[in-house]
Amino acid sequence: MRELLELLEKDHTLTAAQLAVMLAMPEAEVAALIKEYEAEKVIVKYHTIVNWEKAGTDRVTAIIEVRITPQREVGFDSIAERIYRFPEVRSLYLMSGAYDLLAIIEGKNLKEVAQFVTTKLSTIEGVIGTTTHFQLKQYKEAGVILEDEEEDRRLAVSP
Amino acid sequence: MNWAERVSPAVRAIPPSGIRRFFDIVAETKGVISLGVGEPDFVTPWHIRESCVYGLQQGYTAYTSNYGLLELRQEIAKHCAATYGVEYDPRKEALVTVGVSEAVDLAMRAILSPGDEVLVPEPSYVSYKACVALAGGVPVTVPTTVENDFRLTVDQLEALVTPRTKALLIGYPNNPTGAIMPRDELAAIAAFAARHDLIVISDEIYATLTYSGTHTCFAALPGMRDRTILLNGFSKAYAMTGWRIGYALSNPDFIGAMTKIHQYTMLCAPVTAQVAAIEALRHGQCSVQKMVDEYNRRRRLMVEGFKNIGLDCFEPKGAFYIFPSVKQTGLSSLAFAEELLKAEKVALVPGDAFGACGEGFVRCSYASSTANLSEALTRIGRFVKNRL
Repeated sequence: MRELLELLEKDHTLTAAQLAVMLAMPEAEVAALIKEYEAEKVIVKYHTIVNWEKAGTDRVTAIIEVRITPQREVGFDSIAERIYRFPEVRSLYLMSGAYDLLAIIEGKNLKEVAQFVTTKLSTIEGVIGTTTHFQLKQYKEAGVILEDEEEDRRLAVSP
Repeated sequence: MNWAERVSPAVRAIPPSGIRRFFDIVAETKGVISLGVGEPDFVTPWHIRESCVYGLQQGYTAYTSNYGLLELRQEIAKHCAATYGVEYDPRKEALVTVGVSEAVDLAMRAILSPGDEVLVPEPSYVSYKACVALAGGVPVTVPTTVENDFRLTVDQLEALVTPRTKALLIGYPNNPTGAIMPRDELAAIAAFAARHDLIVISDEIYATLTYSGTHTCFAALPGMRDRTILLNGFSKAYAMTGWRIGYALSNPDFIGAMTKIHQYTMLCAPVTAQVAAIEALRHGQCSVQKMVDEYNRRRRLMVEGFKNIGLDCFEPKGAFYIFPSVKQTGLSSLAFAEELLKAEKVALVPGDAFGACGEGFVRCSYASSTANLSEALTRIGRFVKNRL
């Protein structure tokens, strides 16, 4: 049910009871649906978006274009797996266009990311080349504006 | 010198808005969750704001035609034809106004002679009766009741109509009750209007926010198009309250008369808002639907919430208000609102601000985040528990 998933995607702290009222459905049915979605991995994981800069933790994020040679039988998937298994890789996508894979890498500092790219990523067999872009500032994450300055400017009471 | 005495007696006779009085009390209290707000909590969708910025860059800073930008009037006419099947000539039958508020005022001034009576159902929006009086008319209150789902009935109207009755002023979906009028009952009202040859001013600003069935446009009822002054705007559906932009649609004579007043008093609606309104009508449907769905979910939360609290509550079918009865607490509307504000810091609006028959009720707006609404319901529940 799309509406239920959309609500949970935005706020997974909503309880089955609250969701049931909002969607005009029996609570048991909502709870069962959520269980089913979790079991089938339709709901993959409940995620928290943290503004690490505000938390005072230094982090470096790099977006890396990776060009690879596809392999017989498995195409890009096998090399992709060798890459995404590294915990440093936060996201990995197969792309159309000038390169094949787009990897988002996180590290404590520039040196750590650089080391990962030069020693781990580029040396994987089948990786032809990489282009690394370092992220300078994060404005929006997963649909959420991090420093939203739009506040409620309405009068407290109006007709 | 007593300057107060120099103010026109007609203006002095009009009571100040009950909401204003309560606003002052709320403004002095800190940390309040306000359910007293009569406007969306959403900010205007970005694509609409962006189009206004672009319009400014393009130099849209001058007066427009008194009627408003033709392009906007054409979009309005197209929207009305597509949504309700009522056709208007954008050149002669459409006027862009500074919100529906101005349109109500213009309509009254355009049609009323001194002493003409206007039937005004209550509870209803605070400015209706004032606009009738300011135009020299006599507002005649038609009280609606919760027993009848706050709907208007022909019996009531027949009892109050006189040879001086010139018009009927309705606003459904209704602020503050959330009531709507089903099509068959509106058809009966239409027959009543035709029988007594009345003009009907229909304020349909909340039309898009209808959660049960579909909205019936009064002008779309057989024979009603030319008898009706249809008012609508962008404030509620597109979350554009502060832009002050609305419109009136009717026969060329009424629109011409309203435009005459508009041209001498307002000249034209702000061009920036008109540019944004074009974008809203052309590309706003998706954002509107998202907001409507969100209001509907909150509406269900509120209905369930008040049921659990134990207050009798009519289930609203439109707008973004819920209008529970507080009679069981033994408190008047105002006392309930004031004591709740003091004890639990939740602001809502006493029902009598919307007419005497609103006494015993309070208006809660659910144009607020789910988290705010849940917290407010908890607090109201705690407050009511000690008083039932």
